[in-house]
Amino acid sequence: MTGTSSAAPGRFGPVWLVATREIRTRWESKAWRLITLVTLIAVVGFVVVMKLVSGGGPDATVGYVGGQAVGQQITASGKATGLEVETRKVSADAGRQQVRDGDLDALVRIDPRGVVHVTAKRELGSDVEAAVTALAQQTAIHEQVTKLGGDPATFERAVAAAHPQVTNLEPPRTFSPDQLALGVIAGVLIYLSLMMNGQIVAQGVVEEKSSRVVELLLAAVRPWQLMAGKVLGIGLLGLAQMVVIAGGGAIAAVATGVLTISIAATASVVVWLVVWFVLGFFAYALVFAAAGALVSRQEDVGGVVMPPLMLVILGYVIGVSVLPSDPANGVVRVLSWLPVFSPTLMPIRVAMGGVPAWELVLAVALIVLAIPGLIWVAARIYSNAVLRTGARVKVRDAFRPL
Amino acid sequence: MPPSQDGSLLPASPTPGVGLTVRDVTKRYGDTLAADAMSLDLAPGEVLGFVGSNGAGKSTLMRIILGVLASDSGQVLWQGTPITADGRRQIGYMPEERGLYPRMRVGDQLHYLARLHGLSSSDADTSVDRWLARLGIAHYRGSEVQKLSLGNQQRVQLAAAMVHDPVLLVLDEPFSGLDPIAVDVMSQVLRDTAARGVPVIFSSHQLELVERLCDRVAIVRRGRVVAAGTVDELRSGSAMQLVIDAPGARPGWADGLAGVAVHDSGGTVTVLELSPGTDEQAVLKAALATGPVRSFAPRQPSLAELFRHVVSEEVTA
Repeated sequence: MTGTSSAAPGRFGPVWLVATREIRTRWESKAWRLITLVTLIAVVGFVVVMKLVSGGGPDATVGYVGGQAVGQQITASGKATGLEVETRKVSADAGRQQVRDGDLDALVRIDPRGVVHVTAKRELGSDVEAAVTALAQQTAIHEQVTKLGGDPATFERAVAAAHPQVTNLEPPRTFSPDQLALGVIAGVLIYLSLMMNGQIVAQGVVEEKSSRVVELLLAAVRPWQLMAGKVLGIGLLGLAQMVVIAGGGAIAAVATGVLTISIAATASVVVWLVVWFVLGFFAYALVFAAAGALVSRQEDVGGVVMPPLMLVILGYVIGVSVLPSDPANGVVRVLSWLPVFSPTLMPIRVAMGGVPAWELVLAVALIVLAIPGLIWVAARIYSNAVLRTGARVKVRDAFRPL
Repeated sequence: MPPSQDGSLLPASPTPGVGLTVRDVTKRYGDTLAADAMSLDLAPGEVLGFVGSNGAGKSTLMRIILGVLASDSGQVLWQGTPITADGRRQIGYMPEERGLYPRMRVGDQLHYLARLHGLSSSDADTSVDRWLARLGIAHYRGSEVQKLSLGNQQRVQLAAAMVHDPVLLVLDEPFSGLDPIAVDVMSQVLRDTAARGVPVIFSSHQLELVERLCDRVAIVRRGRVVAAGTVDELRSGSAMQLVIDAPGARPGWADGLAGVAVHDSGGTVTVLELSPGTDEQAVLKAALATGPVRSFAPRQPSLAELFRHVVSEEVTA
């Protein structure tokens, strides 16, 4: 045929046109923008809450009567028992009043005999009690050291310098509560994103079937082009969504100083999250597109996407239930190499740290190898099923052409 | 009737190798032959009506021409060579099952379809403007398709088939569900398109419309083209009809006349069908014998009658 005004020809021109339409449609959708915004606010909000809860100030405020040394001793005892204590030098009367008003958690006075007197409002919190008990014990030890003719300061230095020599039979797994939190957030994000964007793909395919526009489209583009464009468009937008949410959360975490791990480590978690989203999305979206092509009504989408969706949910549940308590679990480790579970398990493991490079290479290689096979299977099912309207098409039938 | 035993016995295309040629296209669904060695020729500027009962294979052939469906065997040629995917992108198509994105705006939707069919963005803009204006729906450009009345949705559907300036039009039941004004618009678009040299093929059950609009007609039955040609050509083999208005005649007056069959009778009017070679003057004499004769005229069978004839002939055959 003579084409005078042929634009964007070839195999990939139409794919890009379809992708562009998908991006535009989602972008113009209020629901999509709302979900993205709410998720971003939730993640940033979580970071801010963490900051307020953990790093928002001292754990306890204790007033003391006496010299600066008393204050330093209180702080040191607090640190020894894992409590961040703010100390304030006060007069006895003002201190009592502040304890009564709740401005001070306790008032401490060490009398000349070395006895530690603690004034609390109604009862002493157990953590503060532990700290002041340690203080009392230390004062007693100092008393005894002095009595025996020693110097308490020398004694303290000797105690502080005493460390056991630990030998690890295996390399240590550095694993902080921050990394645990980061792992769980990464898991939740990738799970939500795969679930949401996967279903958007399936619903998009069914929308074209149920509105019958698909026949009009297939008169202009090949089925694989339509499927690829849809997966690409929704995937790119999902990727942007993930970058905004994960990046926003990471920036908030670094800015508020909530994370004690390095910026480089945080950035690496975000990058791996994005990599696993891309790999996981394309693997699962192809399955979701093929599944969507089997049915003709939006009501039936839930049924066909359930099996692949279960795998996403399963990976997520295993990840967040097993890994935090047992990061070295051998079964989960092996599962996280498999393309079915790697997109949900690997981001959690990476965030928690201690994943050897060879495991990452293996998991990425396996899923990258699986994707061409999935493309072939998905394109075949999609092409054969997408024009069969009415009853649900059996997967077996979808392998045969119409 | 022209010979109908073999679907390939069609009048030759005016200029072979130009326009659309369908050769022996066969498509089988399980045990059903949806298309049984179907052949057609369509010359530039020609309007071909495609008629047949539901399930006769009209939509199957159209979908095969579009490449939406693959045939088991046979060929679709455009200007003498097998049609390519790029060639198919330049066909204008209206599927039997109408469909557009319900939540997409009219202008965006047509622009998108034009781009998919290979137009550049600026050409698509121009074409969308032209067709929205031509079909009188320019003020719905920014509306979602689902918010339009059914009639206006049909206009958008027609615009979707026309927006990329197709070199061939394939319309499956374009007139179904149209109001009378939309029927006129559709008819005019088909005529104008054909006048520009674009071949048009459309299916319809509204046979008067087909008779009025089409240069040629193809009748399909059980996956086979059983008759094709101009309406006059289709008529040439059929029996001559006489319409006689004889107020004094009793029912059954014409029974027993040699070579004559009563086709229809109602009131004072009787329609007779004469076998070839029957002397109509003998019939006139018989009519006059019943009393006064107000009118005595030959009649051309309509396409609807020809169609019924062809289909019933096949059933009894």
